[in-house]
Amino acid sequence: MTRTVGVDDPQDVPVGGGSRLSGLTATLLRSRTELAILLGMVVVLALMPAVVSGQLLTIAVRVLLFGLLGVAWNVMGGFAGQFSFGHAAFFGLGAYTTGVLLVEVGLSPWIGMAVGAVVAAIYGALEGWLSFRYKLQGAYFALATFAFAEMLRLFVLRSDALNGAVGYRVPLLPESSWWMLQFPPDSPNYYFVMLGLLTLALVVVILLVRSTPGLFILAIRENEPAAEAAGVSATKYKVTAVALSAAMTAVGGSFYLMFFFFIDPEIAFGPRLSVEILLPAIIGGVGTIWGPAIGAVLLIGLGELSTMLVRNPPAFLSFLDGRSGVDLLIFALLLIGIILFLPRGVYGTFANRVQR
Amino acid sequence: MTQTATAARRPPAQMLRTAGIAVAVIAVIVWRLTTLVVTPTVIVQAVLTGLMAGAVYGLVAMGLTLIFGVLEIVNFAHGALLTLGMYLGFLLVDRLGLNPYATLIVVVPALFLVGAALQAGVLNRAMGQPLENQLLLTFGVAILIENGLLLTFGATPRTVGVTFGAPLRVFGAVASFPRIIAFVAALILAALLYWALQRTKLGTAIRAVGQNAQGASLVGIDARRIYVLTFAVGASTVGAAAVLVLPFLQTEPTTGAAFTIIAFIVVVLGGLGNVTGALVGGLAIGLIQQLGGVLLPGQDSLMAVFVVFLLTLFLRPEGIFGGRAT
Repeated sequence: MTRTVGVDDPQDVPVGGGSRLSGLTATLLRSRTELAILLGMVVVLALMPAVVSGQLLTIAVRVLLFGLLGVAWNVMGGFAGQFSFGHAAFFGLGAYTTGVLLVEVGLSPWIGMAVGAVVAAIYGALEGWLSFRYKLQGAYFALATFAFAEMLRLFVLRSDALNGAVGYRVPLLPESSWWMLQFPPDSPNYYFVMLGLLTLALVVVILLVRSTPGLFILAIRENEPAAEAAGVSATKYKVTAVALSAAMTAVGGSFYLMFFFFIDPEIAFGPRLSVEILLPAIIGGVGTIWGPAIGAVLLIGLGELSTMLVRNPPAFLSFLDGRSGVDLLIFALLLIGIILFLPRGVYGTFANRVQR
Repeated sequence: MTQTATAARRPPAQMLRTAGIAVAVIAVIVWRLTTLVVTPTVIVQAVLTGLMAGAVYGLVAMGLTLIFGVLEIVNFAHGALLTLGMYLGFLLVDRLGLNPYATLIVVVPALFLVGAALQAGVLNRAMGQPLENQLLLTFGVAILIENGLLLTFGATPRTVGVTFGAPLRVFGAVASFPRIIAFVAALILAALLYWALQRTKLGTAIRAVGQNAQGASLVGIDARRIYVLTFAVGASTVGAAAVLVLPFLQTEPTTGAAFTIIAFIVVVLGGLGNVTGALVGGLAIGLIQQLGGVLLPGQDSLMAVFVVFLLTLFLRPEGIFGGRAT
C-alpha cells in the first residue's frame, strides 16, 4: 500500500494467535519500546519550565495541545484510515460541554472534560455509524464529516440557550486552583497539565496499536473485505476508532477553553479548526505513533517563525514590514513544500528511510 | 437516456424508498406552507432569489464538477480562483474602464493559464497520492491566493461602479438585472460545456480519462496532459463565473472562499463530472437555502442545505440527478 504503515516496525508484532500471553500483559510487553521512549521524552519535557518561561512557554503549551489534537485525529484519520475533515465537531463538543457545566452549573472543568469526552464519543459513534452504514468513502466521507461539524456550528450559532454567537467566557477566580484548573497566566502548571494529557493520549495510542483490536483496525484499513472475511466486524472497529478519536479531541477542546478562557461557535466548531487539527498528523506522518506530535512542533514552530519574520523582518524582507497576510503566505508556501517533497510527512518519510 | 437505464436496473424496493422519501419531504414542505402565515409574494420572492443565487452556485460548481469528477481532486482552491478572477476583472474595469462583461475575453483565458500552471506545476506531482495530500495542496494554494490578494489590494471590499436600469418585477417580486444576466449565462455555459464534453475530441478524451485513466492511456490518450487541460477548463469556467458575479458581489480576498463548500455540495448533488447536474444542483441548493429560510425560521439558511446534502450522501450518493455523465 502506498500509505504509511501503522506500526513502525511490524516485524516484532506477533500476528494472530502467535502470542501465548493474553490481553493487557501481552499488549504491554509488545509496546515496551514505545512506552520507554515516551517515558524518556516526558522526563526531558517535564524539565522544560525550569529553562523556559513566559511567551515561549505559552507556545510550548500550544505545541502540546495541537500535538494532542493531531494524535487524536490520527486514530481516526491515520490508523483507521477514515479521513476526517470535521474534527472541530468533537473539539467543540468538549469545549462547550465544559463551558456549560462550568459557567451554568459551576462544575469543575475536570468533570466537564470527562463528560465532554463521553458526549463527543457518542456523537462520533453516531456520525461514524451513519457514514459507514451508508458506505461513504474517501472524499464523500470527508465532506460528510465536514457537514456534521458545520451543522453543529450553525446550530450553536443560532441557539440562545448556548449563548449564540457570543460563546462562553471562563469566570476568573481570585486564587489559583487545581480543582478548577485555573492558574496565574505565567504559571507552568498549564504546561504540566497539557503534558500529562498528551502523554496519556500517546499511551492510549501506543497500547491501541499494539493490542488485538488495534491490529484489527489496521487490518480493516489495509483491506476491509479481507478483514471481514476473516470474521472481523469492520463497522464495529471503525466506529470504535471514531469514538476514541472524538473523545480525545474533546479533551483538547476542554483544555483549550481553560487555557484561553474563551470560546465561541467559530473558534470551537469552525472549518478552520478542522484543518488545524489534521495538519499536525499530515505534516508529521499519517498513521505513525510519533508523527502527529512531531508535526505539531513543526507546524506551530513554522507559524511562529513566519509571524516573527513579519514582525521584525530582516533587511532583505523589509518591504513586507507591517503588511498583513505575509505570515500566512509563508505558511502556505511551507505547507505546499512539505506535502510536495515529503508526501508521507516529515517523520513518516524519515521512519520509512530508516526501515530500509 | 442513461437515467432511464439506471432507473430500470435499480431494484424496486430502492425506488420505492427514494419515492417515499421524496413524498415525505414534499408533504412536510406543504404542511409547513399551510401552517405558516406567508404571503404569496414572500414565496415568489424566495423562489426568484433562490433561482438567481442558485445559478451562481451552478456557475461556480460547473468547473469544480469537472475537476472533482475527472481528476478526483478535492479542490479547495476553487473559491480562491473565483476571487482571483474577480480581482482581475475589477482591475480591468477600474484601470481600463472596460465594461464588466467585456473582461470575459481576458479573464477566461487568464484563468485557463492559471489552472494549467497549477495542475502542471503542483498537482500533477501529487496525482495518485492519498486524497488528503491533494486536499491540503489546494488548501495551501487557496491561502496563497487569498493572502497574495490581501497583500496587494488590502481588505477593503471593491465594487465595479456600474448601474443598470430598474430591477425587473415578476409577480410582485424583484430581481436585479445583472443577476438575470448571470442566470441566463449559467444556462448557456452549461449547454456549451455539455456540448464540448459530448461532441469535441478533447471532451471525449476528458470523459475517457474521468472514467478510466489507465484505459484511456492504453488507447493513446496522454492522461497527464488531459489532467492539465481539465483543470484549466475548470478554472476558466470559474473565470467566467467571476466576471458574471462581478457587477453584484463585492470583491474582497475572502469572497470566493464562501462558495467553495457550497460548490462541493452542488457537485455531489448533481453527480460527479455532470455539468448539467451541477447547474440543476446549484438551482436546487439556491431554492433550498431560500425556502429553508422561510420554512425553518430561526435556523441559519445553510442548515437546510447541509441536511439535504447529508441525506443525498446517505441515500443517493450518485447524486439526485442520475449517475456520472462523463
